[in-house]
Amino acid sequence: MSSPPAIAKPPRERVQDWPRIDRFAYYVCWAAGMLLCAIAASIVLYMLYRGIQYLRPELLYTRPEATPDQSKSGGFLDPMIGTFILTTIGVALAALIGISVSVWLTEYGRPAGLARFVESAIEVVAGTPSIVLAIFGLLVFQSSGLGFLSFEAEGGGVFGRSFFAAGAMMSLIALPLVVGATREALNAIPRHVREASYALGKTRAATIWRVLLPAARPGIATGLALGMGRIAGDTAIVVILLGGSLLTPLEDAPPGVDVLRGTGSTLTSYVYNNSPAGEGGSPEKAYAAAFVLLLIVIALNFVVDFISRGRKPGVQWIR
Amino acid sequence: MSTLSATRRAPAEAPGSAGVWSDRRVELTLGALGVVLLLLIAGMVIFVFGKAWPSFANNGLSWFGAGGSVDQQLIDIFDSPARPEDYVYKLRAWPLLWGTMVTTGLAVLFGLIFALASAIFIVEFAPPRVQKLLEPVVRLLAAVPSVIYGLIGILVLVPFVGDKLISQGREESVAFVIPLTGASVLVAVVILTVMITPIMIAIIVDALRSVPRSWSEGGAALGVNRWRVMWTISVRAVRPAIVAAAVLATARALGEAIMLSMVSGSIGFAPNPLDGLTFFLEPTRPLAATIVDNGEGLSVKPFGETIYAFAAVLLVSSVFLSVGGYLIKRPLRRVGVGA
Repeated sequence: MSSPPAIAKPPRERVQDWPRIDRFAYYVCWAAGMLLCAIAASIVLYMLYRGIQYLRPELLYTRPEATPDQSKSGGFLDPMIGTFILTTIGVALAALIGISVSVWLTEYGRPAGLARFVESAIEVVAGTPSIVLAIFGLLVFQSSGLGFLSFEAEGGGVFGRSFFAAGAMMSLIALPLVVGATREALNAIPRHVREASYALGKTRAATIWRVLLPAARPGIATGLALGMGRIAGDTAIVVILLGGSLLTPLEDAPPGVDVLRGTGSTLTSYVYNNSPAGEGGSPEKAYAAAFVLLLIVIALNFVVDFISRGRKPGVQWIR
Repeated sequence: MSTLSATRRAPAEAPGSAGVWSDRRVELTLGALGVVLLLLIAGMVIFVFGKAWPSFANNGLSWFGAGGSVDQQLIDIFDSPARPEDYVYKLRAWPLLWGTMVTTGLAVLFGLIFALASAIFIVEFAPPRVQKLLEPVVRLLAAVPSVIYGLIGILVLVPFVGDKLISQGREESVAFVIPLTGASVLVAVVILTVMITPIMIAIIVDALRSVPRSWSEGGAALGVNRWRVMWTISVRAVRPAIVAAAVLATARALGEAIMLSMVSGSIGFAPNPLDGLTFFLEPTRPLAATIVDNGEGLSVKPFGETIYAFAAVLLVSSVFLSVGGYLIKRPLRRVGVGA
């Protein structure tokens, strides 16, 4: 600043001139950011490496066999189908309940006290560990009145483990995500849109169905995709509520209700059971299945990205 | 309808014009679904507690205490005689509770520091290109299923810790108490930290971005450097969000079952802080992991009731967490932004 021109550009702030403690903090922040990238990169690259190493095409379309001989234990077709069925049930239920409840909360919300209670119930679900939901589900679906949703033993005992049971509980872990995203989308619709619809003589119900829900569709889709990722990745509910069987009972002639009443496995439980933590002890297959699972989850992430592109940045990365 | 303001009121319908989906009926249907959900959740709390009650009732407050080997007690409960009068309930769950506290507490502590530094980096220091890269990175880390974290933990980190970090001497020093295999508090905390950090980062970044620009510009105008502006103005303003992040992360860490059951050693042992660094290498088993490990035995009545008691403890802690977080956030919110 020896010879100041008319408009002096202030000297650029340099980190080197900061007090030592500030510089230290600055470098800590950099290190944290870099560490984050390093962790993510190492997980993805390691899984990619193992996936390429162990994933064979035939693993994807052969059915698993329960045998200690790993060369004969087959692939993971059934777990993949299981993941698909479970995700479908869970998301369908979560969409039905979640969208209805969030529409009620934002558009009606009467009586206000009841709405507050429902809101906090959803908060409680969001905070409840999935393992607790799992064994609560077991308690519910083992009650004799719900025997038609799983298998019943001779003496009237109910097994309580089935795709129905697991899917119903899975919908609960997706529910807070769906409700959160839907409510946010509905709240973002300006009031005058509703007023315009009422002015045209539409009822509230018709406004919701024809105006608000279509406008909220991207938000709802984001919530559903997030929920799908959560469901596909959850293991605790599968381990407890889907039973231990490796096979999905596909051969029963019309693959319909019996499949849904039956037990099975998903990719997550397949990975868990084949890891040293389970009884399988076949890490190669666990790696291969985990790689497929990771691909599914990343793909769902891209879907979320794609849907929410162009909307306000910084809104709801995760949750 | 009379309580609504004039602008929000929908026009009155002509009787019978709307068919099946009349306004009134839609409201009642949707409201009924909400009530069903409410009842389901209330039922969950009541049912789980009802089922867990015999375990608490038979042990009293010493349920939470220490004494004996918890794994042996669980085996005894599992093997208890068939006659209901002879059911064994004796349980001293302290090692499991301590394991939960240690893993959750350490992970949240490290995670909070890590998340705060990363969030500041993302918002303030990262070059735009790195910033763009970090958003998907955070989301990816949040989306990786826990079983994959567990798989990497059990197949990579556990053998590494077991082979490289545990020396012969260290192993012998505690061999008469507990075998050191590598599955340990250390691995559990490290992976748990990685799992819960992204949630915290997302919340803190959102909040830091919503700090009014004029506040930090005011600081900068006074000649304060970027770090000091960040630390003394922005971070202070987003304290409610930091509390919210910590609460959410704690809830996630408490409930993490699969990953912890895979890497924590699955031994009902309370790691002893007096062992110095060996503390981090000792195995443990938190509550949630105990439930997963024993999911098969739920049909044995006293054993099932004991397992439901673990679930009840988890349920209460997560409810307390959200209530506590709300109470802490409320006074802070008056002076800050976010969450």
